[in-house]
Amino acid sequence: MRFTRRGVLGAALGGAAVMASGVRPSFAQAAPIKVGILHSLSGTMAISETTLKDVMLMLIEQQNAKGGLLGRKLEPVVVDPASNWPLFAEKARELISQHKVSSVFGCWTSVSRKSVLPVFKELNNILFYPVQYEGEESERNVFYTGAAPNQQAIPAVDYLMSKDGGEVKRWVLAGTDYVYPRTTNRILEAYLLSKGVSKDDIVVNYTPFGHSDWQTIVSDIKKFGMAGKKTGVVSTINGDANVPFYKELGNQGIKATDIPVVAFSVGEEELAGIDTKPLVGHLAAWNYFQSVKNPTNEAFIKAWKAYKKNDKAVTNDPMEAHVIGFNMWVKAVEKAGTVDIDKVIDTLPGIEAPNLTGGVSKMLANHHITKPVLIGEVRADGQFDVVWQTKDLVPGDAWTDHLPGSKDLEADWVTLKCGNYNTALKKCG
Amino acid sequence: MRLLALIRVALSALALFLLFAPMAKAQGLEAAVEKFLADSFSETEAGIALVAASGAAHGVEALQALADRRLLASGSAKAVFYRDNSGKGFDLKSGQPADIPADAGLVRLNNRLRGVVQAALGTMTLLSPDPAQRLRAAQSVFKSRDAAALPALEQALTKETNPKIRAALSEARAAIILFDSKAPETERLAAINVIAESGDQDSLALLRQILPQASGALKTIAEQGIASIERRQQFRQAGQTIWFGISLGSVLLLAAIGLAITFGVMGIINMAHGEMVMIGAYVTFVTQEVFRAKAPHLLDWSLPIAIPLAFLVTGLVGILIERGVIRFLYGRPLETLLATFGLSLMLQQATRTWFGPTNREVSAPSYMSGSFEFLGLQITYGRLWIVAFTFVVFFALLIVLKATSLGLQMRAVTQNRRMAAAMGIRTRFVDAMTFGLGSGIAGIAGVALSQIDNVSPNLGQNYIIDSFMVVVFGGVGNLWGTLISAFTLGIANKILEPFAGAVLGKILILVLLILFIQKRPRGLFALKGRAVEQ
Repeated sequence: MRFTRRGVLGAALGGAAVMASGVRPSFAQAAPIKVGILHSLSGTMAISETTLKDVMLMLIEQQNAKGGLLGRKLEPVVVDPASNWPLFAEKARELISQHKVSSVFGCWTSVSRKSVLPVFKELNNILFYPVQYEGEESERNVFYTGAAPNQQAIPAVDYLMSKDGGEVKRWVLAGTDYVYPRTTNRILEAYLLSKGVSKDDIVVNYTPFGHSDWQTIVSDIKKFGMAGKKTGVVSTINGDANVPFYKELGNQGIKATDIPVVAFSVGEEELAGIDTKPLVGHLAAWNYFQSVKNPTNEAFIKAWKAYKKNDKAVTNDPMEAHVIGFNMWVKAVEKAGTVDIDKVIDTLPGIEAPNLTGGVSKMLANHHITKPVLIGEVRADGQFDVVWQTKDLVPGDAWTDHLPGSKDLEADWVTLKCGNYNTALKKCG
Repeated sequence: MRLLALIRVALSALALFLLFAPMAKAQGLEAAVEKFLADSFSETEAGIALVAASGAAHGVEALQALADRRLLASGSAKAVFYRDNSGKGFDLKSGQPADIPADAGLVRLNNRLRGVVQAALGTMTLLSPDPAQRLRAAQSVFKSRDAAALPALEQALTKETNPKIRAALSEARAAIILFDSKAPETERLAAINVIAESGDQDSLALLRQILPQASGALKTIAEQGIASIERRQQFRQAGQTIWFGISLGSVLLLAAIGLAITFGVMGIINMAHGEMVMIGAYVTFVTQEVFRAKAPHLLDWSLPIAIPLAFLVTGLVGILIERGVIRFLYGRPLETLLATFGLSLMLQQATRTWFGPTNREVSAPSYMSGSFEFLGLQITYGRLWIVAFTFVVFFALLIVLKATSLGLQMRAVTQNRRMAAAMGIRTRFVDAMTFGLGSGIAGIAGVALSQIDNVSPNLGQNYIIDSFMVVVFGGVGNLWGTLISAFTLGIANKILEPFAGAVLGKILILVLLILFIQKRPRGLFALKGRAVEQ
């Protein structure tokens, strides 16, 4: 029995190998270029990261249909770090040393990025990080295609303070208890104080991951809003906790016309799980919305729906970041004529790629990119109406100008070759 | 403020042109069309004021359409159209039915304009025949404090018979007078009293707003009003906290009650309990999807129907787990723990593969959305239903355990398996049924939790720790203990939360619980007798 089974297996494998070599004759001469995809496909973060894996697979497929890169086929290598931060580092190591990938697209939470950083530095590879984050970082091996605080948080607050935003005077900064909300709220608090908001008019509130009982907090927000000044909520609540939060807002009847909530981590994907009718008018700040009308975006949405074979598939901001990042990497590799890591890292700054909102984003010397900032209002169908956007693209600032420790720091990998150059002390580090 | 002035000007213009009403109407609407075509928020704002001032009979309908995203502007036809609720098209200028051109795009709104539309609609519908609309109108005038609405308000007040709407109207009137610095002092003082009387949070906000502008007697009275509202609010605050605690407690109880059977009665450390809750929530989702596709008009009934379905499905899964895995591990708690933990991961990933990792929407039936005020407490319907539902489930379970033969057999088997077997009870069958019952109840909990939490593969994880906490604190094997423990933990959590914050509050509860277990290892209500010693 055992022998026969093994024999059958061997024959099957042999057959598969023959078939595999048969299907790609055009790439037969050169070995494929491997691209690592490091997104959680299981565990708590799977909810957000799985789509990013899919969008990468689609982009690679499209590139291969165009003839690959440097005449070679692109081959995705997908690993599952399972929402487990130490596993992220292990899987990154596996991608680089075992699979010898030429670049990695991955991570979502800041803690996962921090966990893989030492690996990328040690083994010298490239990470494209697609999610909005708290800033205060610039590394030679990482390219940040998501928003820095000055490309999301600060413009959103500016909008709420403007006439169209309702001239908010009193602020609730509500967030999940981890590094991104804490740093963002520290920056925002400093910024609001500098704008003349008094300390009594700011309240900061943190909740654990996956918090589900929002009754007290929502009723406190309501009470805080009854002081006779226009009140707004800035939400850095992340992940699963958003759905019960918005449900409670709706149930307690907090309308956007009374107390608007602007969120930094709620996109089309998150709203898909909520009845959005009571939430019409609440806001989100991103660099991309699915509802943006232009040919590039429409073509992308069409391709995405066809790829997912689902007419209801939604697109979101981090997906756009991967599209930009991937196109930049492709251009840099073409320009450098090689996938050699050091050469590609040196070529990337200055590379331009169209974003999906109609502009052209550019990779900057600090490894962040230029992006437009858009404020959208929730519609009854779970999409966003863009109600405001910056005139020009905003360059990403790695070190915020609003915190005392980071004010003097500058990141420049082209001339200064340093991620945290201190302009006051005139030295790196 | 500028906007208010605008409406005011527009409305006085309306008064002036009343004699030439038909002409003015057409002109006002014509100008409004131009404004809406401009597709800029400030122009749209002017357009809204023009429609409001035109006095046209279909103005209300058109503004309502604007608020509901049914107002469309067509550049090619240079005209603005609106759809009614059934989707039929009308021309804004004439109010007559019209075909909407293909290039017509929505007239966009932002939050500020939504407020403007509400204010305009409020002023226009104060005399509407529909009482619900009159109430809404009075409330939006209260918010907008549009002085131009005063004559209409007074007219409405003389006619209104419904006491609730009357109160809202007189509050709206008081709010306008309060902020009118030209109004006589005595009237403004009376206005403060009217507002302080109602005593809700909006009134408090209003009085706090007037305080900086007030002086003399007005200021003192306003301060007194604020103090009296705050006193009442404090009292309500305590009631509100207790209510929040009860509703959190009922969620905890609902999640834990199934575990009280599988862990409490049977002694199985069931780490897959949370996944049973999750499966129940997904059953709700599937039921609702079927209803949405096949019988949309019965959508509100999908939840009651999902309850027995969830019970059956998760009960069945529970029986399968018991027959397939757990029965080989009786008496080996550590292995049971690991096996069920593994199972929980498998169930999660299976759900993720099947339904996708993203949240699924389970919509709230109409009777479960919104909130009402009771003795000044803000009570949401969803939570109220869940509290009631929890008690129903609890007492139903109690009856099953105490008054049915299956319940008797369950207790017999858990207390003395060999004796029960000797009496002719099929202990294996009873084991499977008991585990199935516990799992089924977890599934029912999932139906309720789908209303307040994410329906995602991670749903169960959020409740497993809390569930064990409730059961252990209440005393293993004691249903009443579980009940009291759930509500104690819920209320304690809600009392601590405002002071300590959500994160620290949770930690404090855990620390207190550990200290308590040190003192009373068997929980609040320990079982006594020989069964315990085994």
